[in-house]
Amino acid sequence: MAVNELQSTRKPPITQIGAILWLRTNLFSSWINGLLTLASLYLLYISIPPLLDWMFLSANFNFGTVNILGFDIKFSEVMADNDSCGKEAACWPFIYEKIYMFIYGFYPREEVWRPDVFYGLTALFILIVRLVRNYKYKNRVILSMVVTYPIVSYILIAGGFGLLPVVETHQWGGLLLTLIIASVGILISFPIGVVLALGRQSDLRVIKLFSTLFIEFIRAVPLITILFMASFVLPLFLESGTNFDKLLRALIGIALFQAAYFAEVVRGGLQAIPKGQYEAADAVGLSYFQKNALIILPQALKISIPNIVGSSISLFKDTTLVLIIGLMDMLAMVNMTSQDIYWLGRETEGYVFVTIVFWVILYSMSRYSRKLEIRFNTENKD
Amino acid sequence: MRQQNILSQVKGLTFRELLYNNEARAFFFQVATFLVIAGLFYTIIGNLFDNIEARGIHTGFSFLKNRAGFDILPFLGNYLQDYTPESSNLTVFYVGLINTLVVAFVGIILATVLGLFIGIARLSNNYLVAKLAGGYIELFRNVPVLLQIFFWYNIFINIFPHPKKSFNFFDMVFLNQRGLYLPKPILESGFTLVIIAFVVGIILAIFMKRYFNKKHDETGVYTRTLGYSTLLIFGLPAIFFLLLGSPLHFDFAVLGKFNLKGGMQIVPEFIALTFALSVYTATYIAEAIRSGIEAVDKGQKEAAAAIGLTQTQSLKLIVLPQALRVAIPPTINQYLNLTKNSSLATAIGYPELMGAFGGTVLNQVGQAVEILGMAMLVYLFISLCISLLLNIVNKRMAIPER
Repeated sequence: MAVNELQSTRKPPITQIGAILWLRTNLFSSWINGLLTLASLYLLYISIPPLLDWMFLSANFNFGTVNILGFDIKFSEVMADNDSCGKEAACWPFIYEKIYMFIYGFYPREEVWRPDVFYGLTALFILIVRLVRNYKYKNRVILSMVVTYPIVSYILIAGGFGLLPVVETHQWGGLLLTLIIASVGILISFPIGVVLALGRQSDLRVIKLFSTLFIEFIRAVPLITILFMASFVLPLFLESGTNFDKLLRALIGIALFQAAYFAEVVRGGLQAIPKGQYEAADAVGLSYFQKNALIILPQALKISIPNIVGSSISLFKDTTLVLIIGLMDMLAMVNMTSQDIYWLGRETEGYVFVTIVFWVILYSMSRYSRKLEIRFNTENKD
Repeated sequence: MRQQNILSQVKGLTFRELLYNNEARAFFFQVATFLVIAGLFYTIIGNLFDNIEARGIHTGFSFLKNRAGFDILPFLGNYLQDYTPESSNLTVFYVGLINTLVVAFVGIILATVLGLFIGIARLSNNYLVAKLAGGYIELFRNVPVLLQIFFWYNIFINIFPHPKKSFNFFDMVFLNQRGLYLPKPILESGFTLVIIAFVVGIILAIFMKRYFNKKHDETGVYTRTLGYSTLLIFGLPAIFFLLLGSPLHFDFAVLGKFNLKGGMQIVPEFIALTFALSVYTATYIAEAIRSGIEAVDKGQKEAAAAIGLTQTQSLKLIVLPQALRVAIPPTINQYLNLTKNSSLATAIGYPELMGAFGGTVLNQVGQAVEILGMAMLVYLFISLCISLLLNIVNKRMAIPER
């Protein structure tokens, strides 16, 4: 007997499709995996709900009336104070009241537009760097920005030159100070790092010796010892009577420290350049400076960009150490504001807030560095 | 040698030729650099002495003999050095050094265990476990370690109870906001013999393992040694311990009216610091382990299976040796970083080298050059030791070439 009709295909068993298949392959592929899954779920169960409860569900959001972009938004009749907030959950009105301190430090309130413009410029800087990626003259654009941005920012924040009222450095603080130390640290230390890297790769023995000694010494000791040196011993090294700024001292310490790390990163790039490139540059009669500026460094720096970003991330994290020598960065602000007698015992909220700010910045930086790594990898392949 | 070289090359050249001679130029640049750096040093050291004299700061190391005159948090360094405020500044140095080494030692062990665990979990084929490990790495890696230290210290002090309401584990271990109270071991004479027996046991076990490995290489007969090694390492000291009549007592902490008395107090500063450092460093170690395991070619595992090795043998003989070659150098670098980061303890008042010696003594004595110099030398020495270790490991792990 002939079969004239097509047999309809049977559906796959329910365990082989969709969510159940996914669960079986990814979570319960063996009994040990099943146990691990249950253990992880338990871990999430004991950590996430209490955290959410502390941060949001039971937390106090009674900010009073807040003006956001011209609209009055009423959270509650009056702003909560330390007593009306319970001890059991977060008291966000503390952050709301101290937010100025966290972001601007002791910067004069009537001059607050200046840090705001600085934040805007920084954002613009990053935006332009990302936008001009495929533009023909991108190097010129970026170079001119790298030169003008610090000058404009300095005049903006510090004032003086008859343009703006002077704001002393001890009034700088919070996120503003963190960003200043990180950006100035990177801008100063990078050229020093490149020079040290070239010095360490040099054929001239004396130069090589000094560069190597400097790099290895700095990398062997913790940043705190360098900061202490910069803050206690550096003034003694100078002509007696010269007395200079605490922030400047910290910046010198951080720049020297970071330069050693950048030097090692750049050296990694230099070593990756094939020997033929050096020989070819010599063969066409380029001088040492022409050879490095036109042939070697452009290639070496390009390979090391992901690591340079990685090293900058470390620097950004290390800026918190300046609080040990008495500068008021964002973390120091938490320690200070929680000493306020009206808000005693609210450190945890402060630390959580600062953690979120740092995490967002650092996580985006590390994502960016990973993206660059992937981009440069594919470029090398084809 | 080089000097002669230059002279022979330069001899008989005119000034103009000299200007364009590579050897002569190189020589000139090096001399110039040397002079500039020497000049710089000469100036700053001259300034240093002028300033020190002008400010009336003492010089030299006689301050080390002076009475310290301040209290230090009671911790291991204190116990080992019998520190009192009457002790000298040199004792403070030792106390700080011991406390630094303790943090580094405990932190390295915890970070390695945690990092290994997270790194393997990151590669698990269990979706949830892999994602959790990834989340852990992204969370803790992207927060400054100093902030984490403050955070955990604050949590510790706020969450754990007042001494009167200590968590009590069988009247032996207590936990409250002043720290963890463990029984304090009191060693009696003769306990050194037990320690010696322990060390001898380890050495014997190593020799035994070597002997059986050699036998395995020569005859192919494989002997399981794990049982014998355990017996040697733990049995030998146990025998001595019993023979000598248990020369070890414990001093338990006792709940007094306001505070716990006796016992060995592990201060919250130490717990917060070690915890934060291990959690932070573990993220880097986990990444190192992960990249190590990922670096092993898939074909290696398949080849191992093809020649009939079991799963365990394949892991032990084929995968791990290659994975560790990639993973160990960055891990050792992280050990150095952890040791250096232990200096952040200054911020929460844990009396390690930079906190007790580089901080409090510096404030009292004011001889920044000597004190910071000593502290830096210690870190320099530690990092030299770690690089030495790294070189030895690299040499041992290097692919043998024929």
